[in-house]
Amino acid sequence: MVEALPLRTEAVSKAFRKPGRRGGEGPKVVQALHEVSLEVARGQIYGLLGANGSGKSTLVRIIATLLLPDSGQATVFGRDVTRDAAIVRRLVNRVSVEAAFFKKLSPVENLLYTARLYGLGARQAVARAREIVAGLGFPMDRVNEPMENLSRGQQQKVAIARGLITAPMLLLLDEPTTGLDPRSKREVQTFVRAIRDEQDAAVLFTTHDMAEADALCDRVAIMDEGRIVAEGSSAKLKRRARSADLPDPSLEDVFMALTGHAIEDGPDQDE
Amino acid sequence: MHASVEAAAIHLRPVYGFVARTFSLLRRYWAWELTWLVYSAALVTTIGFLAMGVEQVSGTKLPNDRILVYLLTGSLLWRYLSELFSETANVIAWERWEGTIEYTFMAPISRVTHLLGMSLFSVLYAGARLVLLALVCAAMFHLDLAQANLPAACAVLGLSTFSLVGLGLMGASLPLVYPEKGQQMTGIIEAGLLVVSGVYYPVDVLPAWLRVLSTVSPITYTLRGMRAAMLEGASLGSLRGELIPLTITAVVLIPLGMCVFGWAERYCKRTGRLKRSG
Repeated sequence: MVEALPLRTEAVSKAFRKPGRRGGEGPKVVQALHEVSLEVARGQIYGLLGANGSGKSTLVRIIATLLLPDSGQATVFGRDVTRDAAIVRRLVNRVSVEAAFFKKLSPVENLLYTARLYGLGARQAVARAREIVAGLGFPMDRVNEPMENLSRGQQQKVAIARGLITAPMLLLLDEPTTGLDPRSKREVQTFVRAIRDEQDAAVLFTTHDMAEADALCDRVAIMDEGRIVAEGSSAKLKRRARSADLPDPSLEDVFMALTGHAIEDGPDQDE
Repeated sequence: MHASVEAAAIHLRPVYGFVARTFSLLRRYWAWELTWLVYSAALVTTIGFLAMGVEQVSGTKLPNDRILVYLLTGSLLWRYLSELFSETANVIAWERWEGTIEYTFMAPISRVTHLLGMSLFSVLYAGARLVLLALVCAAMFHLDLAQANLPAACAVLGLSTFSLVGLGLMGASLPLVYPEKGQQMTGIIEAGLLVVSGVYYPVDVLPAWLRVLSTVSPITYTLRGMRAAMLEGASLGSLRGELIPLTITAVVLIPLGMCVFGWAERYCKRTGRLKRSG
């Protein structure tokens, strides 16, 4: 029997309707995803690269059971994210760019809340939370301070710990290193590799940092205006973009060649 | 045996998780809580003093003790029921405000567990405040409760809790669907219930069209039953006219509240509204 893939999407599409303005434009439909298909294998870090508004977060939300696709299918270990949402939620967790927490509560209180929602006991959860945040280089003398007193980098590390405390088999990291200082970025990247190697988990990693994707991801897909325009290992994509003018292209060059624009100035589209 | 205990714990931990989290938040926002408690105590005691002054204002001999118990029952009960309703609705508004709602909706728990956790917190919170406010009233006023049938009053209160939880679940759908103005919209429902349910007056004084609305408000039956138990010492048997409608509204409103909440969740997942913070 063939083992189900941690993640498979087949022709997933999603559009959002934006209301019109009084006396101005009428309602408009924004096509956030156009028939997106991809596969993530076990133990793989899969990079989804694209500018803001390219549809990365919409895809992540669909996989995380937070959005319903208009058409197509997404499965996690063979389970449909819409029909079998309850089972999928046990297998998946997500870390997003916004480190959303109860800001008056401490990291331990926030993590304990998450752990309880996943049915973990307090003692087990606190021990695991401490182990994870320590592994991420979080200062342990601050674990009982309110989140609002912590730096952006420290909050993001707690967000990553929240994603890991439930030991997900598929981890969705939606721009987890955006806004982090270089040292924190490196610590997070090291930790992501460790999860892949030690827990055999699959990781879907969205970013618009091309160097980070190049260094971290086993395979990447480039997204533009809701479509996957190229997919493969970064070495393969770079080989394809090689030319007489550009004998040694970077992933950034590949992105520009495929989309016609730099990653910073992507289309203005809601995710 | 051990396995079944562990299985039960896995289901109960999320419920406890909601309650523990929200009480932790209350502890951190203790100054708000203190302010709100003082404000509520001032409102309730003002109603008590109003009852005591009615005779002087009207210039006629009136049964002051009866008016005092009548109005304080309404005032205390309203604080309990309105807080039960608004706190159930506010749990979602709070998550909107903090931006954590997506994480809660991603957790592998059934919506029944989620809503049970939310409601349990609201019942405990509103109940604790009711006890504190009742103690304030007992200290401020001489209440003649010789006639009161307290067990019957508690039965009415307990039964009405279920109806209000059902209404609260419907109210909680509003901040889910309308991130920016949903919480204010729950305030309109609360104000409507205050007017039509006879909190400070018999519903007979309402215009006919409002009286129709009072018949569908569970709070009308709660107040009528509580007052009958507190003022006349009515037995449970004689409160059938209130207990039956309260049972019917509880049986209807809780599943209806869950259905409305489920519909609101699907709507948000279709339109992408879970993402937006209030």
